[in-house]
Amino acid sequence: MTTIRELSHREDLLEGGHRLCAGCGASIAVRQVMLGAGGTPVVVGCATGCLEVSTTIYPYSSWKTPFIHNAFENAAATVSGVESAFKGLQRAGKIPADKKAKFIAFGGDGGTYDIGLQSLSGAMERGHDMVYVCYDNGAYMNTGIQRSSATPMGAWATTSEVGSVGQGKPQRRKDLTSIMAAHNIPYVAQASISDWKDLTSKAEKAFAVEGPAFINVFAPCPRGWRIPYDSTVEIAKSAVTSAFWPLFEVVDGEWIYTKRSVTRENRKPIEEFLKPQGRFKHLFKPGNEALLAQVQTEVDRNFDHILKRCGL
Amino acid sequence: MTWDISKIDEWKSDEFPRGAVIPDSGNSRDYVTGGWRSQRPVRDDAKCTQCLFCWIYCPDSSVNVADEKVTDFNLNHCKGCGVCAQVCPADAITMVPEGCELPEVK
Amino acid sequence: MPTQKTLAVTGNTLVAEAIRQCSPDVIPAYPITPQTTVVEELAKFVANGRMHAEYVNVESEHSAMSAAVGASAAGARVATATSSQGLALMWEELHIAAGLRLPIVMFNANRALAAPINIHCDHSDVMGARDTGWIILFAETAQEAYDNTIMSFRIAEHPEVLLPVMTTADGFITTHSIDRAQIMDDETVAAFVGDYEPENALLDFGKPVTHGSFAGLGGPYFEFKNSQRMAIERARDVVKSVGAEWSAITGRPFGMVETWGMEDAETAIVVIGSTAGNARHVARGLRAEGKKVGVVKVRCFRPFPYAELAAALKGVKAVAVMDRSESFGAEGGPLFLEVRSALYDLDERIPVVDYIYGLGGADVKIELIDRVFADLSDIASGTAAPSGLVYLGAR
Ligand code: SF4
Ligand code: SF4
Repeated sequence: MTTIRELSHREDLLEGGHRLCAGCGASIAVRQVMLGAGGTPVVVGCATGCLEVSTTIYPYSSWKTPFIHNAFENAAATVSGVESAFKGLQRAGKIPADKKAKFIAFGGDGGTYDIGLQSLSGAMERGHDMVYVCYDNGAYMNTGIQRSSATPMGAWATTSEVGSVGQGKPQRRKDLTSIMAAHNIPYVAQASISDWKDLTSKAEKAFAVEGPAFINVFAPCPRGWRIPYDSTVEIAKSAVTSAFWPLFEVVDGEWIYTKRSVTRENRKPIEEFLKPQGRFKHLFKPGNEALLAQVQTEVDRNFDHILKRCGL
Repeated sequence: MTWDISKIDEWKSDEFPRGAVIPDSGNSRDYVTGGWRSQRPVRDDAKCTQCLFCWIYCPDSSVNVADEKVTDFNLNHCKGCGVCAQVCPADAITMVPEGCELPEVK
Repeated sequence: MPTQKTLAVTGNTLVAEAIRQCSPDVIPAYPITPQTTVVEELAKFVANGRMHAEYVNVESEHSAMSAAVGASAAGARVATATSSQGLALMWEELHIAAGLRLPIVMFNANRALAAPINIHCDHSDVMGARDTGWIILFAETAQEAYDNTIMSFRIAEHPEVLLPVMTTADGFITTHSIDRAQIMDDETVAAFVGDYEPENALLDFGKPVTHGSFAGLGGPYFEFKNSQRMAIERARDVVKSVGAEWSAITGRPFGMVETWGMEDAETAIVVIGSTAGNARHVARGLRAEGKKVGVVKVRCFRPFPYAELAAALKGVKAVAVMDRSESFGAEGGPLFLEVRSALYDLDERIPVVDYIYGLGGADVKIELIDRVFADLSDIASGTAAPSGLVYLGAR
């Protein structure tokens, strides 16, 4: 466990001057994850999305590391290519055999849960020595808040509209973190920007393993969630305390719940997470009581499922 | 590496680095987003406990830290989101309305 | 001292040998008929320690080209191979590889595109990639596929070019038939190809660079496309000079186009790939009867050899273009459109007729080519007007 004071000596690998919205959760996620690299040289790859476009508007780049953006659905395959080049060039004698480097790919939920899932699955199965980080803000924010398979049930999005018939997204969320755990890779974790200690230590573990690691980071989007831009961290915190977003890790197949202070008994009602967000305001209108109850049931079912896998 | 882009608007097609490569990673340090700000963070050193939460949560890498202590804010980049003020457990940061003296925006 | 060995092998075996001899650092590979035996051979070379390459078993062709882009930007020499649907799936990535100026070399086993699904030869797949910014070479024979593949690395990595190269051969006809060919010794190939010295490698940690930036919102996207155009224009000379150099070593000729009988031909067929041999065979017979016929084979399709074609066809009375792919709704197939455009600046107007043939491996019978020359003879003598597009041999 590295303390915040120790972390403060590490270089911030994401430079300011990027064009993400004020209060964006994506850059908070990136900064905390990258602190976990702890001095090892890192190559970063990024899927098309807010993070990529806002940090590399020609002729400015906010990345102090080598960086590559290829396309939307293939950050994992692209970084797997970079990692393979490292191995191939080492074998060719062009890079010293004892040189160490780390390879990391960032993608939003659209680029990870949806269009990039095949590429991610392939890269993880092949066992590349890389870390894939999904910054999950629950919609296609870069194109204007369209629903993804990570969008919560009941959420408004511009392609799951609220109207006289529609009441936001009718489907459940995809449980991507479990899907990644099913790849039998050395390290999988779910984390949130609100819990920096948990996230930076998970990032350190992910960087430390030999082979593929995956971290799903909850990273709110003030613009898409219709919340004030100073409340990014607060809302992420309530996602954790309401058990909407349980924090856990899967280390060599062993499930470990990492937020012991939040239990089945003391988890906050889901309203605390939903109410401050404009994208859920229809759920609190008369007539939607059943839908709201269904959202709570869904959250509890998912939480229970994870706790059971963690032996709790 | 420093990459001189002061004359970039005059460059001919074949004068750009090939393939839209940016040969100076991290050069957004020279790009000013401070002009987005309508309020600026002000830290009260007397109240501050140096927990560094503002530093670790700032989305714009704009809380400057030296020797494990917050020194000031990078107002060239700070967008005035107020996250730092929200997360500060000591209520040491206040967001004050931004005056008219804005940094020059490139 | 260059030493060549004569073998009886398939085109795919030779292409795999060529790739091995050029020592790529990374090979992202995904199988598809009729490319498969290339990636199988390469997997064997890697398993037997005959190549140092990192072999990446990607889960799709899209990821094959995505990994190739990552590896090439990282500073590695990268080779891969595909065909048909696989090439189509890569379409997005083909543009990116070229736009990022990455010298990836890819072999394509030319095959028809679905629907209906079909595994046999035509050029629909490659022609679908003709505007992606890749340099595109076509081989007539297994020998030429071997030679083109070796030259591809030199062309792609040339500092004046830095563009990806697609080296192709006709599916099954060339990739799977056993042919007599000469293979060069490893040392000569290694010396010819040389080392790849990347300019902005991701793995150069001392100089971190950003690849794949966003150049919209008034950024210089337009200028980048202009510089890409300049590069592929410069590639004309590079394709020629690399061809001349390899020719000096091997004794085999490598022009942008290859002509037969064009010194005094009155009628000519322009053709790409394996059918060039059939066309020359028919032309030889007609020459024996005293008919002045010729054949022009296009080896390099991108950049397109306008000047060479115009020079070769100048003075003929009628030209037939044989297109093994479609450009539905256009006046003719892709080759026809290029050839007619190449002839536009000549003083006299030469009638050009387009024959679409051999789609999905439809048989290219000798009688069909006989018929093309017979049509040309009628047009040249004024007994028939040039027809519109002909589906050669279709019922
Ligand atoms: S207001 Fe926002 S951008 Fe400015 S220092 Fe605070 S957290 Fe960072
Ligand atoms: S969060 Fe508040 S108390 Fe902590 S270092 Fe920042 S200003 Fe000081």
